Amino acid sequence: MGDQLIHQLLLPLLYTICVVLPLVIAVALYVWWERKVIGWMHVRMGPNKVGPFGLLQAFADVVKLLVKEVILPTNANKALYYLAPLIGLVPALAAWAVIPFSDKAVLSNANAGLLYLLAMTSLGVYGIILAGWSSNSRYALLGAMRSAAQVISYELAMGLCLVCVLVLAGSLNLTDIVHAQAGNKGLFDWFWLPLLPVFVVYFISGVAETNRAPFDVAEGESEIVAGFHVEYSGSAFALFFLAEYANMILVAFLASILFCGGWLSPFPASVPVLGAANPVWLAIKVFVFATLFLWFRATFPRYRYDQIMRLGWKVFIPIGIVWVLVAGCMKYYGWVHVGTGG
Amino acid sequence: MIDTSLFQLVCFYAFAAVTVVAALSVITLRNSVHAVLALVLTFFSTACIWMLAEAEFLAIALIVVYVGAVMVLFLFVVMMLDIDQEKIREGFVKYLPVGLVVAVVMLVEMLGLIGVRVMHAQTMGENPATAAGMSNTAWLGMALYSQYLLPFEIAALILTVGVIAAVALTLRQRTGARKQHASEQVAVRAKDRVRIIKMAAERPVETPPAAPVQESKP
Repeated sequence: MGDQLIHQLLLPLLYTICVVLPLVIAVALYVWWERKVIGWMHVRMGPNKVGPFGLLQAFADVVKLLVKEVILPTNANKALYYLAPLIGLVPALAAWAVIPFSDKAVLSNANAGLLYLLAMTSLGVYGIILAGWSSNSRYALLGAMRSAAQVISYELAMGLCLVCVLVLAGSLNLTDIVHAQAGNKGLFDWFWLPLLPVFVVYFISGVAETNRAPFDVAEGESEIVAGFHVEYSGSAFALFFLAEYANMILVAFLASILFCGGWLSPFPASVPVLGAANPVWLAIKVFVFATLFLWFRATFPRYRYDQIMRLGWKVFIPIGIVWVLVAGCMKYYGWVHVGTGG
Repeated sequence: MIDTSLFQLVCFYAFAAVTVVAALSVITLRNSVHAVLALVLTFFSTACIWMLAEAEFLAIALIVVYVGAVMVLFLFVVMMLDIDQEKIREGFVKYLPVGLVVAVVMLVEMLGLIGVRVMHAQTMGENPATAAGMSNTAWLGMALYSQYLLPFEIAALILTVGVIAAVALTLRQRTGARKQHASEQVAVRAKDRVRIIKMAAERPVETPPAAPVQESKP
């Protein structure tokens, strides 16, 4: 009786904490890494005072945010104002339930994993919209409007990219998708090669979906101050921050898992040691993609709003639709080897 | 201790209660943004109920399509509207009889549906997906793209026609509206916009003004 309780309730809870806690720490380190990388690109030092190499700067910032007061604007919708950061954060964390870290390490090996991910990432926008509306501020409302239109547009492109992947892999289960990319040719067996245009579209849509530069018109410091979270302070602001960075790491994970073979090695299996599948490979790929986000931010100026919409609807979605057909042909005529048999 | 079927039953009643309360608040809340959010909650808890009934694909599709996209656009529009709450409530008594008739007709139809379902309860059989040993999504995909391909494609075509109609409605010629043509903007070269002129860094010293100065001296 007690045994069953432990297995059905306590163990899943423990596993969940084992995923969420490292995620939060990863977000803190990611913020530090962002400031360092952008600092180097600007020929600055970046944070270097708190702790070795400034590593503790992010943690110091978290403590500072947590002890600050959360200010409620006049005539704001109180309930929704406090609820919005949570609505933004919960889907960002819930999506991690189906992310596989290695062959066995996954919280829920759900069959419809990819669909679940789509559902969770599409819910995050409510946090932004509600924050913008309940703040009772013009700037915040404008930011929310921009964000809503942008996220919906890029979700379509993203969905089409995922359709291409699942056509080739023949499964919605993320572990199976990684297994479908295994083969003797190492990195040339992964889906990025047959799905190259879609891979590029997916990653750019991921940047747009997380409202990151050069698609960060929802915040647009120079036009609408800070967009949807302009009125938020203290821990409520920290929650938005946490959700945004957790989503960025999620997109990096998905790009690695769906297109770059997850924990599979880039070397052929015949190479000793380096050829073996290992979660370390996944960590390296995620690190590369996560750093790309920062590189984009330091390099590109912000897109104009109509150009963002044009890119999403008139470029990415047509590419996605065409490549779904191409992927179907690849699968039908057997141009792509799926799984270890190839 | 944790009986699965009992747990499922408790979950069902919990989700159903949330659905009913949320659906009621959609039509009773005064603030229209709150009403839209209640509708989102209704969809969400309905998806949870479908999940309990092992209709995973439908449940997640409901969240992706309705909660994730349609309701976001709804919220988008409702936030922009400037609605006078009192004006909307004015017509309440006037439309009450019509509303009651619609409600009664719907109630009768639903009861009829439940009656038919009860009569067919024996013939429904078990879940075809579990019988075929496939996941719900895989079985639905098989059925839609093989057995029901033609109806499925026709439905898709009708939806496409709807999309084209909606786009055509917004296409109208406005006079005096300025447009940006991205292809022209991209095709612009520097020499179309900027003219580079070579000129000396300093203006050459002009000699003539020297003469008048001398004249005014005496």
